[in-house]
Amino acid sequence: MEFGFTTAAYVVSAILFILSLGGLSGQESAKRAVWYGIAGMALAVAATLVGPGAGYWLLSLMMIAAGGAIGYQLATKVQMTQMPELVAAMHSLVGLAAVFVGFIAHFEMVRVADLMVANDVALSELGTFAALIAKKTVVELNILRVELFLGIFIGAVTFTGSVIAYGKLAGKVDSAATKLPGGHMLNAGAGGLSLICLIWYFNTGGFLPLFIMTLAALFIGYHLIMGIGGADMPVVVSMLNSYSGWAAAAIGFSLGNDLLIVVGALVGSSGAILSYIMCKAMNRSFVSVILGGFGGTSGPQMEVEGEQIAIEADGVAAALNEADSVIIIPGYGMAVAQAQQNVAELTRRLRAKGKNVRFAIHPVAGRLPGHMNVLLAEAKVPYDIVMEMDEINEDFPETDVAIVIGSNDIVNPAAQEDPNSPIAGMPVLECWKAKQVFVSKRGQGTGYSGIENPLFFKENTRMFYGDAKASLDKLLGMID
Amino acid sequence: MIIGTPKEVFEGEARVAMTPDSALQLQKLGYECMIESGAGKGAGYSDADYKAAGVTVKKTANALWKDAEIIAKVRQPEAEELKHLKSGKTLISFFNPAANDAGMKAAKAKGANVIAMEMVPRISRAQKMDALSSMANIAGYRAVIEAGNNFGRFFTGQITAAGKVPPAKVLVVGAGVAGLAAIGTSTSLGAVTLAFDVRPEVAEQVESMGAEFVYLDFEEEQQDGAATGGYAAVSSPEFREAQLAKFRELAPEVDIVITTALIPNREAPELWTPDMVAAMKPGSVIIDLAAEKGGNCKLTVMDEKIVTDNGVTIVGYTDFPSRMATQASNLYATNIRHMMTDLTPEKDGQINHDMEDDVIRGATVAYAGEITFPPPPPKIAAIAAQPKAEVVELTAEEKRAAEVAAFKAQTKQQVTLLTVGAALLLGVGLVAPASFMQHFIVFVLAVFVGFQVIWGVAHSLHTPLMAVTNAISSIIILGALMQIGSGSFLVILLAAVSVFMTGINIFGGFLVTRRMLAMFQKS
Repeated sequence: MEFGFTTAAYVVSAILFILSLGGLSGQESAKRAVWYGIAGMALAVAATLVGPGAGYWLLSLMMIAAGGAIGYQLATKVQMTQMPELVAAMHSLVGLAAVFVGFIAHFEMVRVADLMVANDVALSELGTFAALIAKKTVVELNILRVELFLGIFIGAVTFTGSVIAYGKLAGKVDSAATKLPGGHMLNAGAGGLSLICLIWYFNTGGFLPLFIMTLAALFIGYHLIMGIGGADMPVVVSMLNSYSGWAAAAIGFSLGNDLLIVVGALVGSSGAILSYIMCKAMNRSFVSVILGGFGGTSGPQMEVEGEQIAIEADGVAAALNEADSVIIIPGYGMAVAQAQQNVAELTRRLRAKGKNVRFAIHPVAGRLPGHMNVLLAEAKVPYDIVMEMDEINEDFPETDVAIVIGSNDIVNPAAQEDPNSPIAGMPVLECWKAKQVFVSKRGQGTGYSGIENPLFFKENTRMFYGDAKASLDKLLGMID
Repeated sequence: MIIGTPKEVFEGEARVAMTPDSALQLQKLGYECMIESGAGKGAGYSDADYKAAGVTVKKTANALWKDAEIIAKVRQPEAEELKHLKSGKTLISFFNPAANDAGMKAAKAKGANVIAMEMVPRISRAQKMDALSSMANIAGYRAVIEAGNNFGRFFTGQITAAGKVPPAKVLVVGAGVAGLAAIGTSTSLGAVTLAFDVRPEVAEQVESMGAEFVYLDFEEEQQDGAATGGYAAVSSPEFREAQLAKFRELAPEVDIVITTALIPNREAPELWTPDMVAAMKPGSVIIDLAAEKGGNCKLTVMDEKIVTDNGVTIVGYTDFPSRMATQASNLYATNIRHMMTDLTPEKDGQINHDMEDDVIRGATVAYAGEITFPPPPPKIAAIAAQPKAEVVELTAEEKRAAEVAAFKAQTKQQVTLLTVGAALLLGVGLVAPASFMQHFIVFVLAVFVGFQVIWGVAHSLHTPLMAVTNAISSIIILGALMQIGSGSFLVILLAAVSVFMTGINIFGGFLVTRRMLAMFQKS
């Protein structure tokens, strides 16, 4: 077996993966970066197949081919608005695979131990991993147990968590935050049980504690994500992304495979950074998001004065025909109503008339980091007019018309004006500074945080009620 | 109460202080309106027009002065007219209080209230009754028209088959309301327009009207007009010299000079000296809007048009608004009507002469037998925004110090993190076996690389990032592949399922990433 060759291939793969992630810094380089990732993955799999994983390679290839076929179907069929669900579903697969691989490693360990006791089989007849285990000392075996345990634990949490996240995003599970009676005590209890199992497993090496822990971890994943809802989903998805990476890294440790460790660490840190960015954009701590719901307020909220004034499509059209600069602020509502094509068409028409149309994207708009960017890209909105919050927030005072489509909390002036608001201090898009603001919204309800939005009551705000897609359709007819 | 407007007695005055339109509005405030027969004739309104608007037409001025309790007129009242005043009557008119002691004394003696329209303070709220501005606007426009009338050439430059015509060059001195109106008219006629004002803060307004602001090469701190209620103040002799030198330089070039420089309650400053007039090209025109106060050019003859020896026309008319009587009357009547609105907060046709109100107090020059001129400064700050307090500029040393401090803090933070991290690693290394540490080093380095790389990812690509990390986290397939060959059926089954699932992920993740990235297009 050419172990030197395999390791060399892993090094190249690892470099390719790093380049692949680094290439995502720009839209053009990203197109190349994907190929780096694909090449790295192909190289790693090929090297493993010809090297340490040579046994049953035909079965392996068939399995990869079958999985690949399904993956291809999924990737080509999925709607861009369903991206959050797809990503969550994929996380669950990684989590489950981590659990299985962990179990296998456990069985191998037990088998080798038995063999060593019997001591009548030549070590060379063992599989690759088994040979590795056979060489280990007692301390190393103990560490191996801890690594395995961690890998399975994280994998199991990732699995059920992702399944629930998928359900919530796909609308199959109620997206509101719900908890079983007992709340976080149940999670803590399951966590404690896992800890006891760890000590048990560490001392005995039996399968039972591993199995009980897996059940406890599955429960934690389920209950944790059930307790988080709505607009916190971007954090959840990126957190699960991070977990799937850490699970891979933990399995890598137990298998002694450096490539798994490197990739797991890359993915884990990527997810962690994404979670951090999302939390920062909501001005909430990671812990408070994970524990679910919004914290209590520190005092009475400011009374909102004034009234919401409705406007019809013709009024919006007149204002748009006169405006020179327009900023559109899309939110999850646009994705729900599948209105991105209409928004893009509106943009094209306005731009054809020489108007300066731009998009302002809040980091937590939508249900997945960067969700709005992908939706707008799908509808062929050029990415150079799609701006981040920090790039565009100062331009609102010089803007004639701001259109808010299906977003609420991310344009809530209470975050800046009312120190007692639950979202006080959250960075928001200051669209109310534009000369006129139109809000396309289904009804008078509040956003995810459940608080009233004073923007809707401002003098320069007009409410354009109705389904975003239908409203925009009407509007398009009036923009010549 | 009854508001009456007599016919203007001043020779040649065609304006009238009440129009049929304003009369309708005044009636809505609860007043009865009255007008002297023929008062609106010069402005194009017949007695019948007024009657149709519900205004009582009086035959004689005497009858009107006797019946009306409020008298609104345009020109400063003559001594004859003032005799009609008596206690309880209110006169609203231009009054020129600074040079009309006799008038104020007469009003005081009679116990009448007098509101002088030129004394309306220049604050935002009072703009609607600022008759000086509305009249100045007309004067500025008319000045350009009169100049054009006396100037034998095109304003705009033309290139025709018959040859090239250069554009006229117009200099507007004083960019107040009249000046700005003149600038606007002149630029829209196509002339190259220069403008000068002693208040540097109006340069922006001038440039926004399409004219070029003439800057002086002068260092002195110039006073902000906002401090003097938006009007120009007297400038220092050095400044004046610099200004005249600039004008001397411009005199041979310009075709039309429109001077509008006035300083409140003073004689107009001399800005266009006889030697400048002599330096001008024949056929040039000077319109002196300050003629009434002595003129910005001392050759100006009030109310007359003269031609100098070198063929320069100097127009000294003082009745520009009256030359556009209908327009001027409409605007002035509207100013009066707004003043009445402020005087009648209850809309009950009764004057409430509130001496606490900044605008009313400012404009009142005689009240209940007292002379109330000059008024105290208004409580509200003047029109132009005061310059914001300068942001304290940090000196180079302070900046440097701040940078050093920030650098130190950063270093401290990083060193602390590194120390803690290193200590933790060492702690792990003490207990863990060497084979573990090898992998651990790889792990720590990979996390480090991950953090460095991911911060660079564009926000808009976060979804593709998640999809691609998803695909590569399926690297866990290696673990399954390595084990699939060994051991029991259960192991093979679990490994095969894992390979299958990660296979979905690898293909699905990469393909969907590619699909997404292909959508990102530049405009």
